[in-house]
Amino acid sequence: MIRLRAALAAVAVLVPAAFLGVFFLYPVGSILVRGLGADGLDRLIELPGRASFRSVAWFTLWQAVVSTVLTVVVALPGAHLLARRRFRGRSLLRAAATVPFVLPTVVVGGAFLALFERLGLADGPLRLTRTAWAILAAHVFFNVAVVLRTVGTFWEGLDPRAVEQARVLGASPAQAFRWVTWPRLWPAVAAASSIVFLFCFTSFGVVLVLGGPTRATLETEVWRHAVFRGDLASATALALVQLAAVVAMVVVTNRLQRRRAVTQRVVRRALPPRASGRLLAGNLALLGVVLGLPIAVLVERSLTRANVGGFTLDHYGALADRVNLLPVSALGALRNSLVFAVVAAGLAVLVGGLASVVVVHGRRAVARAFDLGMMLPLGASAVTVGFGMLIALDEPPLDFRSSRWLVPVAHALIGVPFVMRIVVPTLRGIDVRLREAAATLGAAPARVRREIDLPIAARALAVGAGFSFAVSLGEFGATSFLPRHPDRLTAPLALFRLLSQPGQALRGQAMALAVVLMLVTAVSVLAIEGWGRRGTVRGDL
Amino acid sequence: MTGSGTGLEIRDLSVAFDGVPVLSGVDLTVEPGEVVVLLGPSGCGKSTLLRAVAGLEQPTSGRVSWDGEDLTGVPTHQRGFGLVFQDHALFGHRDVAGNVEFGLRVAGIAAEARAHRVARSLALVGLDGFEGRRVDTLSGGEAQRVALARSLAAAPRLLMLDEPLGSLDRSLRERLTAELGVLLRRLGLAALHVTHDHDEAFALADRIAVLGADRVDRIGNPDEVWDDPGTVHAARCLGHENMVTLDDAGGCALGRLGDGPGTVLLRADRLSVGSPDDGVAAVVAATVRRSGRTVARVVVADLEVRVPVDESMRDLRAGDPVGLVMGHGAVVTLRG
Repeated sequence: MIRLRAALAAVAVLVPAAFLGVFFLYPVGSILVRGLGADGLDRLIELPGRASFRSVAWFTLWQAVVSTVLTVVVALPGAHLLARRRFRGRSLLRAAATVPFVLPTVVVGGAFLALFERLGLADGPLRLTRTAWAILAAHVFFNVAVVLRTVGTFWEGLDPRAVEQARVLGASPAQAFRWVTWPRLWPAVAAASSIVFLFCFTSFGVVLVLGGPTRATLETEVWRHAVFRGDLASATALALVQLAAVVAMVVVTNRLQRRRAVTQRVVRRALPPRASGRLLAGNLALLGVVLGLPIAVLVERSLTRANVGGFTLDHYGALADRVNLLPVSALGALRNSLVFAVVAAGLAVLVGGLASVVVVHGRRAVARAFDLGMMLPLGASAVTVGFGMLIALDEPPLDFRSSRWLVPVAHALIGVPFVMRIVVPTLRGIDVRLREAAATLGAAPARVRREIDLPIAARALAVGAGFSFAVSLGEFGATSFLPRHPDRLTAPLALFRLLSQPGQALRGQAMALAVVLMLVTAVSVLAIEGWGRRGTVRGDL
Repeated sequence: MTGSGTGLEIRDLSVAFDGVPVLSGVDLTVEPGEVVVLLGPSGCGKSTLLRAVAGLEQPTSGRVSWDGEDLTGVPTHQRGFGLVFQDHALFGHRDVAGNVEFGLRVAGIAAEARAHRVARSLALVGLDGFEGRRVDTLSGGEAQRVALARSLAAAPRLLMLDEPLGSLDRSLRERLTAELGVLLRRLGLAALHVTHDHDEAFALADRIAVLGADRVDRIGNPDEVWDDPGTVHAARCLGHENMVTLDDAGGCALGRLGDGPGTVLLRADRLSVGSPDDGVAAVVAATVRRSGRTVARVVVADLEVRVPVDESMRDLRAGDPVGLVMGHGAVVTLRG
C-alpha cells in the first residue's frame, strides 16, 4: 500500500515535469543558448542599431499601451453595471461579453476585415485595413472580457455600504466613485490592465491578419524571419528580446495581483439596485458596437453573395471543396483541428490534473515549483513556444519534426495552465468540514478522497478540458511555427491562408469557415462554463 | 438503540492550539439514551470538545472512551459518532438522498436498503420526498434537517450537535429545538449537544454541563444547575441576571445575605413584587415585556434587581413604589 502510494506520487511529479521539461524548458533553453551564444550575441547587440527593429519595438509597445487604455475605458462602465446593478439578462450579458475572449485570433481578424469592407473602410482615404486602428479595435474587442470579469468580480466583492455611507454624507455619485470606490478598485484595474497589456504585447494572429506586411510587432517579426525568410539567427535574437520583455511584465503582473489578493474581501450584501434604463441602454449600445457589430457583420458576410449581394449558403457548401490554395478542404482542416483539440485536451487534463494534485497536496518546495513552472507557457507567448519547439526538437533523440502529434502537444502545453487554474482552486476550496463530515459518517481517508475530492475535481477537470479544447481549436501562434504536414493543416491556418488571398473570390468561404470555427469554440466554452459553474468549481482564467 | 454499556466517558481531556490551552482537564460522561447539553459562551472551546470526541482534534492529554473502550488512536471514521456541523457541511456535489445515504454507502449497505433508510431518516426530520432535491436549493432550516438526517441515517452510537440551530432565526430555532428534543427522546439516542442559548439547553437536556474558561464549571440536571449554578459564570450562562456583590460582613442593600464577602444570586423565579407594605421597599426603574410576561427592574438603594411581575400588576410604571419579596431559597451563594 505504502509502496503503491509512493509510486503514484512519483508518477504525479515525473509526468508533468518531463512534459514541461521536454516541450517547454528545453526549447526555451535552446532559444537562450543560441541567442546568447557567440553568433547570437552579435546579432543581439546589433539589433538596437537597426531602424527596422526600433520601429517594430516602438510599435509593439505603443499599440499595447493604447489598446490597454482603450480596453479599460470601454469596459469600466460595463464592469460597474455587472457588479453593482441588477437587471434581467445579467448573466447572459456576462457570458456573451466573454465570448470574444475565447474566439480564435484569426477569426477575429477575419471579422474586422469583413467589418471594414462592409463599412467601406477597406480602401480609400478612410482606409482602416492594415492600419494601427484596426489592430487597436481588435485588441479592445478581445480584451474587454478580461476587464469586465476581473474588475467586475472584484467590484462586486467590495462592501457597497462604504459608498452608501459616502452618499449619505453628501457625496455625489461621481465623488463617491472618486473618493471611495476608486481607491479600493484601482489595484484590480491595474492588475487587469497588466494582463491586457501582456496579451496585446504578445498579440500575433490579429496583427498578422489586420496589420499586413506594413504593421509588424516583435511576435510577427519572429515569425517572418523564422518561417518566411528562414533566418533563424535574427528570429532568435528577436525572440530573446520578446522573452525578456514578457518575463519582466509577468513579474510586474504578479506583484500587482498579489496586491489585489490582499485587498480582496468578500462581503455578504443585500440585492443590488435595479439598473436604470439609461445606464443599461448606454452600456448595451457600447458593448453592442464594440463586441457585437464585428461578429454580426462576419455572419452576414458569410451568408451574402460577393459583389451582387443577396442571401446564399454557397460559402458554407464550398467548405467541403478543396481550393488550390489549400492542401485539404476547409472541412478537412476543421476535422484535423477537432482531432488535435481532443488529443490536446486529453493531454492537458492528464498533465494538468497530476500537476494540480502535486501543487495542492505535494511537498511545499515541489508544489511551489510546479505552481510557477507549469504556468510559464501561459506567460510566455505562443510564438516563444512554437519557435522554441521549431529550433530545439529537430535533432535526435528529440526529433519530432516528422511527428504529427507535435501540434496537439504544443496546444496541450498552453492548455495545462488553464486546467490548473481551475482545478487547483477547486481542490483547495474543498471545505475541510466536508472531509470531516464524511469521516464522522464512517469513511476512511482513501474513501474520503474518492467520495469527496474526486467528484468535485472531476467537474473541474471537465471544465479545464473544455477550455483546453477551445484553446486548441483556435490556436494559431505556436501552430504556425511547427513542422507542416500538408494534409494535417489546422482550421485557423487554413483560415489565415484564405484571408491572405487578395480579392473577393475566396472571401465568402473564408468568412464561412470563420463562422463555423467561432460557433464551435463559443458553444463549447459557454456550455462547459454554464455547466461547470453550477457545481462547486472555482477558479477563473 | 439504548445500549447496555456505560456510554461516553471523557476523562481529564486537554486540547491546546499552538501551545495555548483551549480545554484543560475536562471530565464528562454521556450515558446511553441521555441528552447532555454543553452550554457556554462563544469561544469557550465547546466545538473543540466535540471535535476531540469525534477524533477530528488531537488532545494533548486525557482520553475519550466508549463503554470503557479507550478510543485514543481510533480514527474518526471508526468511532461511530455522528456530528452535525453548525453550517451543515452538506456535500454540494450530491443531492439530498446522496447526502443522507452517504454513511450507509460507506458501510457497504445495498442500494435498496439504503433507499429505504434514507426515506425513513428524511421522514424523521419531516422532509418526506426531498430525496431528489439539490442541496443548494434548500432553505437554512431544511439544510439543517438534511444534515441531521444524514447523521441519523448512519445510526451513530452517539450523536453530537455543534450549535446546529445557531444560524437560524429565533422562531424557527425554537420550533426545531422542540422537534429535536422529541426526536432524540423517541430514538433513545445518546447525544451531546452544544449551544450558547440557555433556553435551548433547558428545552433539550437531561443534564446540562456549563463550560467555563477551559473546563466544566457545573454539571447536573436542569433543575439542579438552575437552583444552584455554583459559579458566577455558570449563573450567567444559565440565564440568571441578579448577581449581588456582598460587603465584608455579607451585607448589601437588601440586608445581610451571607456570612462574608462574595457574590450571591437572587433567583428571579423566587422573587416577586407586591404592594409597598410587603417586603423591602423598592422603586420601579423600568419595565420590559419578554414573550408577553412583564419583567420589572426595581431599585433598592444602589442595587438593581430584575423581577418577573404578576399579571395583575402589569400596569406598573417607572417611579411606582413597590415592595420586593424574597421567597424561600431565593438567595443562592456563588463562587468566583
